[in-house]
Amino acid sequence: MLLASLLIASFVIFAAVYLAPGNAISALSGGRALPASSVRVLEARYHLNEPFLAQYWYWLTNALHGNLGISIILRENVSTLIASRIWTTAGLVLYASVLILLFGIGMGIVAGLRPGFLDTSTLVVTAISAAIPSFVAAIVLILLFSVKLGWFPALGNGTTFLSNVQHFTLPAVALAFSALAIVARVTRASIREESEREHVQTAVSRGIPARQLIRRHILRNAAIPITTIAGITIASLIAVAAVVETAFSLNGLGAYLVQAAESKDLAVVQGISLVLVTAFVVVNMLVDVLYALLDPRVSLGSRAQ
Amino acid sequence: MSAQVSTIVAAPSTRRSRSLSGLRGTGVAGMVSAAVIALATIAAIFGPLIAPYNPDLPNLSLAWVGPVGGHLLGFDFQGRDVLSRLLAGAQSSMLGPLAVVLLSMTAGAVLAVVSAWRRGAADAVISSGLDILFAFPGILLAVLATAIFGAGLTAASIALSIAYMPYVARVLRGAALRERSQPYVAALEVQGSSATTICLRHIIPNMLALIVAQATIMFGWAMVDLAAISFLGLGVQPPAPNWGVMISENQTGILQGYPLPALSAGVCIVAVVIAFNILGERLFVQAQAARR
Repeated sequence: MLLASLLIASFVIFAAVYLAPGNAISALSGGRALPASSVRVLEARYHLNEPFLAQYWYWLTNALHGNLGISIILRENVSTLIASRIWTTAGLVLYASVLILLFGIGMGIVAGLRPGFLDTSTLVVTAISAAIPSFVAAIVLILLFSVKLGWFPALGNGTTFLSNVQHFTLPAVALAFSALAIVARVTRASIREESEREHVQTAVSRGIPARQLIRRHILRNAAIPITTIAGITIASLIAVAAVVETAFSLNGLGAYLVQAAESKDLAVVQGISLVLVTAFVVVNMLVDVLYALLDPRVSLGSRAQ
Repeated sequence: MSAQVSTIVAAPSTRRSRSLSGLRGTGVAGMVSAAVIALATIAAIFGPLIAPYNPDLPNLSLAWVGPVGGHLLGFDFQGRDVLSRLLAGAQSSMLGPLAVVLLSMTAGAVLAVVSAWRRGAADAVISSGLDILFAFPGILLAVLATAIFGAGLTAASIALSIAYMPYVARVLRGAALRERSQPYVAALEVQGSSATTICLRHIIPNMLALIVAQATIMFGWAMVDLAAISFLGLGVQPPAPNWGVMISENQTGILQGYPLPALSAGVCIVAVVIAFNILGERLFVQAQAARR
């Protein structure tokens, strides 16, 4: 299933670019008129005269060998260009995921276990922050923490690990902002639902200590919807990272994808799309594996309902 | 005869008179949300007419000037009136999400009803096709589309509609399956009503509450994603006014100490998205309560 959807996704990415209006030769030459001999050389090198499926096959086998073609703007291997940027995006998404797991689930558990003022205020705050898009969060964070308070740098990557952490903090918060609120809301709802169930009430009346009750009876059962929503939102960060990277001028894959889309550097667009879709599908698959670990009733290959 | 019976059988379906009382049932937060949406809609329709100044007329000597006199929100980086640009920009900011919602809901509802009605092979093909679409995050598909067809609202909106379709279809397919197993459907089939008639006149109208709730939530998503695309420079093209564009073109003001133009566009987006989220959530709860 994983391989099938990756294969079809790669086909869609290739076909979309293949169907793009415009002539491949003029795209390669940058619009200049070329002598017939160089046109023939280019056609042979890029297999332009062969049928569509053959071209797809060449592209796919090359991609599997790590060769994603050449950027027509930068005249460099797309794989090299991707490799130099992938850690920015990976680091950013990872940092944001940690924030979501720590604070999103943490807030949800606290609000779910303690009805009252804390719970109500969490609900109101998350209703608002769930609706704040990453780029709005970005400008507000820059305004507050770099312009007014000067705690964090506003733009760009760092050089050492520590300065990278500092440079990535605001972007990671901006990226995590709305996802964190959504995870907190779902966590709260499922904790509340579990603690009202009969087996938990029975455990309470049997005098089972609260700590054990929460860990063994509430969290264990609530873990499944929490994993689902955390998985979905973390996977979606992979695409949203493009927005945050652009807002903070970070040199990542997403920001490069946007530049490539603007300049119609289609080999780069294809390559980055393929990498991002693969990451998205793999994260979703990892969540499925996690289900099987969390819930003995789920066997691998069947989706949790 | 069959028409007469069908009105009796379909009596519990949603009628127009219920839509207003339905809004009342969403509580204070729902009513406030509806009011915010109504305001944004009025701005989207009449914005260019009620804008106090020309939203496209630059005056560089007024760049980054704060609120003065009749200019409530001051001027942007090119000295254009911010309030007028917000009002004029409502149109493209609301029209894009509307198109995405209409396209993805129509396609998603048709796919859901077809796979619930035919089941078997048709259902399997549609479901696995939608599973593959799940592999494409909406923003990525929109960026891909603008890379190929050129930057603009049309390519981005169509791409987002395709990316949202599987989410719509998955929610509605469950509801359509439930509706399909209702006794009134079997009764209509026995009377010889055609599948198209049953689906269009009975199953879809009975799912309307859920469809409206889903569309409301989806409008908020589409607004965020399309504003992000415009923020990235791949959607609405400046100098055309748009809330996403206004944030990106005035972002330098944040660093220079003139945050008002970018912030006010951000506030517009957030207010409308919160309104759609709250109203959508309430409508969902109502749709589910009505089913029980």
